[in-house]
Amino acid sequence: MGKTIAEKILSNHAGRDLKAGDIAICDVDFCFGQDGTSSIIIDSFKKLGVKKAFDKSKFYMIIDHSAPSPNIGVSEIHKKMRNFAKSLDVGMYDIGCGVCHQLVPQKGHVVCGDLVLGADSHTCTYGAINVFSTGVGSTDLAITLASGKNWFRVPETIRVTVKGKLPKGVYSKDVILHIIKDIGSNGATYKSVEFYGEAISAMSVDARLTISNMAVEMGAKVGLMEADEKVLKWVAERSTKTPKPVAADINAKYVASKVYDVSKLVPQVAKPHAVDNVSDVTALADIKIDQAYVGTCTNGRLEDLEAAARILKGKTIHPDVKFIIAPASREIFLAAAKQGLIETFVKSGCTVVGPGCGPCVGTHNGVLADGEVAISTANRNFKGRMGNPNSFIYLASPATVAASALTGRISDPREYKKKL
Amino acid sequence: MKHFARRLKVKDNINTDYVISGRYKFKIQDPKELAKYIFQDIDPDFAARVTKGDILVAGENFGCGSSREQAPQALKQAGFHAVAAKSFARIFYRNAFNIGLLLVECDTDFIDDGDELELDIEKGKLKDKAKGLVFDTKPVPAVMKTLLGDGGVVGHFKKHGGFSF
Repeated sequence: MGKTIAEKILSNHAGRDLKAGDIAICDVDFCFGQDGTSSIIIDSFKKLGVKKAFDKSKFYMIIDHSAPSPNIGVSEIHKKMRNFAKSLDVGMYDIGCGVCHQLVPQKGHVVCGDLVLGADSHTCTYGAINVFSTGVGSTDLAITLASGKNWFRVPETIRVTVKGKLPKGVYSKDVILHIIKDIGSNGATYKSVEFYGEAISAMSVDARLTISNMAVEMGAKVGLMEADEKVLKWVAERSTKTPKPVAADINAKYVASKVYDVSKLVPQVAKPHAVDNVSDVTALADIKIDQAYVGTCTNGRLEDLEAAARILKGKTIHPDVKFIIAPASREIFLAAAKQGLIETFVKSGCTVVGPGCGPCVGTHNGVLADGEVAISTANRNFKGRMGNPNSFIYLASPATVAASALTGRISDPREYKKKL
Repeated sequence: MKHFARRLKVKDNINTDYVISGRYKFKIQDPKELAKYIFQDIDPDFAARVTKGDILVAGENFGCGSSREQAPQALKQAGFHAVAAKSFARIFYRNAFNIGLLLVECDTDFIDDGDELELDIEKGKLKDKAKGLVFDTKPVPAVMKTLLGDGGVVGHFKKHGGFSF
């Protein structure tokens, strides 16, 4: 019987032949924690009684969830992380560097065929560059930091094919929201999802990362894609490690196969308070918004900022709207400044904040008031996610968010045809 | 010890943001203190109703979303003996056993808040004594039983000097 990408990568890291359902101890190529999870990683690591990291080059801590710190409690966590990094002589990305899921692939820490664990649920993002990466809790991460290993149950795989050419104004974010609407927030739990099809092939690597990022929103362990030429080039430009691309066998066994034709897809919006509660943008034109947000590990990359800036250029946002922009990394921030995007944002009335997760996780930089409505490029719209349980979050592409910020209502970016 | 069911107003897809909101997670480090704020955003009076030994009863996909280990930790510290749900999200599932919190999967539709429950994981039965109903629980995987028996993954690792399964 042929193998899926998940079965192959896990077999390669267990040193034996594995199939879905097997449980195995695997070697992990890279692992990390962020400032919401690292404090417990440190505590659990100390409880293990181990004195050093399994490999100093294969563990990083990233300060992104509350960066810079909004209060004393968080400042103490950040200090604890910095001290731990020094004592173990391991790497650290401090405030201003960026969001973990941007930095880990962008800085070349992971390449095709790797097995990666992160103490953050959106670690599945690098599936787009053919990495088996998945989120775990802090204690699981501490075990890997100490031993270089962890145990895995080899997941079954759902095969998703995305056919057709995306219409103008419709992006990878719309595609994944459409898929999540169909599969549901529990539809891929414990499973790997493999994405194929001409619509995926036509996308940039950045756009594909948006899709894999949200695989966990349908419960998936990982959202994998093949390493085509675009991926290999993207990885080669960023990493000195040798990629080991892994493709599924033609006779691999899938638990389900789904086919989506996106040639007529319209911009999609997830409504409060669930990611699979998705509508066409056209059905939501009456929804007034108080805040807009472009950023996060889902949509804070350069082409996301470009899409928003194209719509905003030369215009001013609606007077009742607060528009927050957070580039996903320092490098993206600099590139956006060089291209004049930051100037466009500031002139349009946006507030550009430093790279980080803040508004998405409700820690700072844009907490909503009671009754307020936000439209955001993030991946979660759970009640209270942006810091206030009495507020309402809609999720959409950067273009839809920018179009909505101009009118003060949820708006269709296809109305700005010439700018898409 | 007697076990009583505790149910939330929300049935399915209870995510870890709902178990413990980021507002508290970043502010409070002490798990015992954190336990006072469980389910604040969806059921603000819930935490006060929990007594030691209760079994939290939920529907599908309990614990989806964020990887925060504070979620199972806060439930354990709140005094829960176990969580019974129709299904669990995978990161929460690992985290719970890693820290020594028992999870059982079974049909929970007929269990009401306050019902007295009896749980036998060896026999794979959850009995609702108030209703006289017995539900089959999905077998707890051997790996999870091992971890639980060693008091969680840290205890397991220290006892065996690595994974031992």
